[in-house]
Amino acid sequence: MDFQGRTTVDEIDEGPGGAAREHLVVIGNGMAGCRAIEEVLARDAGRFRVTIFGAEPHVNYNRIMLSPVLAGEKTFDQIVINDDAWYADNAIELIASDPVVSVDRVAKIVTARSGRSVHYDRLLIATGSDPFIIPVPGKDLPGVISFRDMNDVDAMLAAADKGGDAVVIGGGLLGLEAAHGLTLRGMKVTVLHLMPTLMERQLDEAAGWLLKSELERRGQTVLTGADTAEIVGETCVEGVRLKDGRLIPASLVVMAVGIRPSTGLAREAGLAVGRGIQVDDHMVTSDPSVLAVGECVEHDGLVYGLVAPLWEMCRALADGLVGQPTGYRGSVTSTKLKVSGIDVFSAGDFSGGDGAEDIVLRDASRGVYKRVIVKDDRIVGAVLYGDTADGGWYFDLLKKQEDIADLRDLLIFGQAFALGGGASDPKAAVAALSDDAEICGCNGVSKGQVVASITGGACSLDAVRATCKASASCGSCTGLVENLLALTLGDEVKAGPKTMCKCTSFTHGDVRREIVEQGLRSIPEVMQALHWSTPDGCSSCRPALNYYLLCALPGEYVDDQQSRFVNERMHANIQKDGTYSVVPRMWGGLTNPRELRAIADVVEKFNAPMVKVTGGQRLDIFGIRKEDLPAVWADLNAAGMVSGHAYGKSLRTVKTCVGSEWCRFGTQDSTGLGVQIERMTWGSWMPHKFKIAVSGCPRNCAEATIKDFGIVCVDSGYELHVGGNGGIKVRATDFLCKVATEQQAMDYCAAFTQLYREDAWYLERTAPWIERVGLDYIKARIVDDEVGREALTSRFLFSQSFSQDDPWAARAAGAEREQHAHLGEFRPIEILAAE
Amino acid sequence: MMTGDWIDIGAVAEIPLRGARTVPVAGGEEIALFRTGDDRIFALVNRCPHKHGPLSQGIIHGHAVACPLHNWRISLETGEALGEDKGCVPTVPVRVDAGRILIARLTLLATAIAA
Ligand code: SRM
Ligand SMILES: Cc1cc2nc3c(=O)[nH]c(=O)nc-3n(C[C@H](O)[C@H](O)[C@H](O)COP(=O)(O)OP(=O)(O)OC[C@H]3O[C@@H](n4cnc5c(N)ncnc54)[C@H](O)[C@@H]3O)c2cc1C
Ligand code: SF4
Ligand code: FES
Repeated sequence: MDFQGRTTVDEIDEGPGGAAREHLVVIGNGMAGCRAIEEVLARDAGRFRVTIFGAEPHVNYNRIMLSPVLAGEKTFDQIVINDDAWYADNAIELIASDPVVSVDRVAKIVTARSGRSVHYDRLLIATGSDPFIIPVPGKDLPGVISFRDMNDVDAMLAAADKGGDAVVIGGGLLGLEAAHGLTLRGMKVTVLHLMPTLMERQLDEAAGWLLKSELERRGQTVLTGADTAEIVGETCVEGVRLKDGRLIPASLVVMAVGIRPSTGLAREAGLAVGRGIQVDDHMVTSDPSVLAVGECVEHDGLVYGLVAPLWEMCRALADGLVGQPTGYRGSVTSTKLKVSGIDVFSAGDFSGGDGAEDIVLRDASRGVYKRVIVKDDRIVGAVLYGDTADGGWYFDLLKKQEDIADLRDLLIFGQAFALGGGASDPKAAVAALSDDAEICGCNGVSKGQVVASITGGACSLDAVRATCKASASCGSCTGLVENLLALTLGDEVKAGPKTMCKCTSFTHGDVRREIVEQGLRSIPEVMQALHWSTPDGCSSCRPALNYYLLCALPGEYVDDQQSRFVNERMHANIQKDGTYSVVPRMWGGLTNPRELRAIADVVEKFNAPMVKVTGGQRLDIFGIRKEDLPAVWADLNAAGMVSGHAYGKSLRTVKTCVGSEWCRFGTQDSTGLGVQIERMTWGSWMPHKFKIAVSGCPRNCAEATIKDFGIVCVDSGYELHVGGNGGIKVRATDFLCKVATEQQAMDYCAAFTQLYREDAWYLERTAPWIERVGLDYIKARIVDDEVGREALTSRFLFSQSFSQDDPWAARAAGAEREQHAHLGEFRPIEILAAE
Repeated sequence: MMTGDWIDIGAVAEIPLRGARTVPVAGGEEIALFRTGDDRIFALVNRCPHKHGPLSQGIIHGHAVACPLHNWRISLETGEALGEDKGCVPTVPVRVDAGRILIARLTLLATAIAA
């Protein structure tokens, strides 16, 4: 044989038993191709000699995570599924960057673009899909990009670096994830969608509309019913013209209008091809030696564009290849959108139609929309927006076709309600799931499998991911898996399963505990004692360790400035242009002419380009250079003002309302109490930022019920609320208890703050912390245990005795001068002149 | 301040361990000098390849600095972005002699003229 003179003649390869191994050649180093090999190896590692051809230059990575990579939430390294070692360990030959261009089924030889030819005994085609490019003028201009592989992401990131306008054509799953990523990367994004509502194949109109308004609220422009006429531009993209004549300027156009199974190779090889490569239940094509799997196949008239069906196909394929055929019977799919802060779930059929009944729940104030479609007492579809916690349960009922007649009235309120739990405890909800309920949709892992891998020794999230793959793909089931860990292992897992960072195998909980138990006293000592794998940690673990030590050793531990994020090191907030903003404290939101005058003077004296009233009831002076900070602070100090810690993982503001002093509804002196509390809590370092508010009556003008600690005054005393958050994921507080006096309110506040300081993980705000440990635990420690509460209060006050020095005053007096001054300065002209 | 082809810009001791200091260049780009945990000195243009964050203000670990704005990690040895990020910031030849930090005079002039 001689194929363009570059044939590699296959040597006979012998298996462990001495028998010649069959050569299994895979075309496509993507998600399905590699998963199929994993499944085969798991069944019979020695059976085949494996060669994989990949068109891309990379090892096997998780394509669905390209969206988080684009959004900056993940790096490429973090989405690799199988690294080089996997290929090496399993003696798999990877031929990357070399697409196969032809298949000779008679000679059983595949030939790649480089001319390289390989003989196969079994061939597996896993070529995935090609993005569909709408055939409009300008589609080939530089700057028109699809969204399919890492190469596309790199191209988008390069374009986003230059900023400007982007147009995403296609308002489906892919398009919206691209738009989200590009928005986060600083581009001004317009989404063009042909249909009247977004994601119309997954969402009904109502949910599509909620989604559209949310995206618009986030700054994207969404044009529905927008039909693209042409992409305009001379040498590269300049804009998109719609059929109605509108021109939308853009330096980047992302086409995300759909995908087509990649079948060219199979068609030319003469295999049976419909919409995809046709396969039987064992993934065998019309040629018994050739298999196909993944998005490129058509099974029973259907093609799939999500990973869950692919995993099922891969299992059936492997079973068939090792001689224990089980067979694939098609998949029901569910969809989630991976855009942070937007929860969308859909499954099954929601088109309504004959005999279908809708059960709908809308909660406008929470932004929740739920719709379950029922036919003959069986769930046939579900669309959830805003609260998707019950998605898995509905999907499970749907797949099993369970009779829901008895649950019908409560169905829409979710599992906890319908099954009589009443409370919305996530653990109880997970406990109630049946063993074959699907936990991880991406990898098709059931509750029973997750529990089995936990009882088999996988005691952390990472271990579960490594053993059964649950939560290893898009991560949206991480919460479920964590709850299963907690349920199965009880207290053992309380410390939490995630390791702190790549420098250590310990979790935040472990590290906190070890610091106290072993009496560790410095960052290098912690790193030594706990076997850090890097010389001096990284930008994730160093700030955390610094905080844990500070909290464990008040008054003793010497803060490590080099382990502080820039803002905390500079005692000001860095801005995008490298200047800083300065926020002096205004106790309880009160101010006076002297402070206002000092601020006005600073603004003028240092030419601050902007001064702004913040959302935290104080003033923010922008555009101060690091060299000028000490002088600015000196001027503010002179008027009696201290640092507002707007930059710190520390107490931020105590918001107040006017209260009984002025307001006709006020029941207590909320302003005065707020000032006292701020005087007590300012300057404290915490796991994350901490906000407090005091409202004078239940009208709650200080928004106390979205603060970390909130007080709502009533006639008979003070209602204390904890764990609120008004940020990325809004959470209203939980009611802790009611107390009678101001002093009690202060003491409880101090105790709660200290419990949070001692218990929470670094960068965990009170809201997620309380969700993790449970409100009952907080109540037990603060409300029920009087002695414990008093001890917490006094530990807090003790620690505060060391932290209430204004850091600005010290800097203004010359401390850490090197943070603000240049080391030297160069005047090249003078150097030249001197020569 | 000048010693032939190398210009003295200050003492190593003036930069804290795992810290950085800056040197503005009139008419040119500011230079950032880093002192790593193993007491080596590196110099880069003080401008992140991503969105121009001041690298001197980042957290320094190993021979890398995490940019203060969006946490890109930049190699102090090569100026290249590490991990999946792509981009590069010019390095500045630097040398330590008897506890003093020296920068190549030519580079310095070039930095100013290029800007
Ligand atoms: C200045 C201010 C906006 C304004 O112009 O009003 C502001 C500005 C910033 N916020 Fe904020 N937040 C400001 C009030 C808020 C509020 C409203 C409030 O406090 O009542 C919230 C929602 C309430 C809450 O936190 O629960 C808020 C939720 C956030 C979040 C989301 C936190 C979360 O847990 O979801 C971040 C991001 C973070 O902290 O990781 C953030 C981060 C930021 C940062 C620090 C972003 C950054 O890293 O550069 C901004 C610094 C700007 C600067 O240089 O000063 N900011 N931020 C407000 C300062 C208040 C103050 O006086 O200290
Ligand atoms: C941005 C993005 C987000 C997504 N999000 C989700 C999600 O949240 N949930 C979900 O379920 N699914 C999601 N998907 C879909 C999911 O990624 C696909 O269903 C899955 O990757 C399909 O696997 P596959 O192996 O069939 O194809 P691929 O993973 O595309 O693998 C095919 C591989 O074959 C290679 N190839 C093609 N032709 C040749 C040839 N001739 N020679 C050699 N190699 C060749 C290709 O380069 C590719 O690497 C997403 C997809 C994208 C692009
Ligand atoms: S101030 Fe807050 S909301 Fe405004 S852009 Fe900055 S982080 Fe976002
Ligand atoms: S500017 Fe440096 S990471 Fe963005």
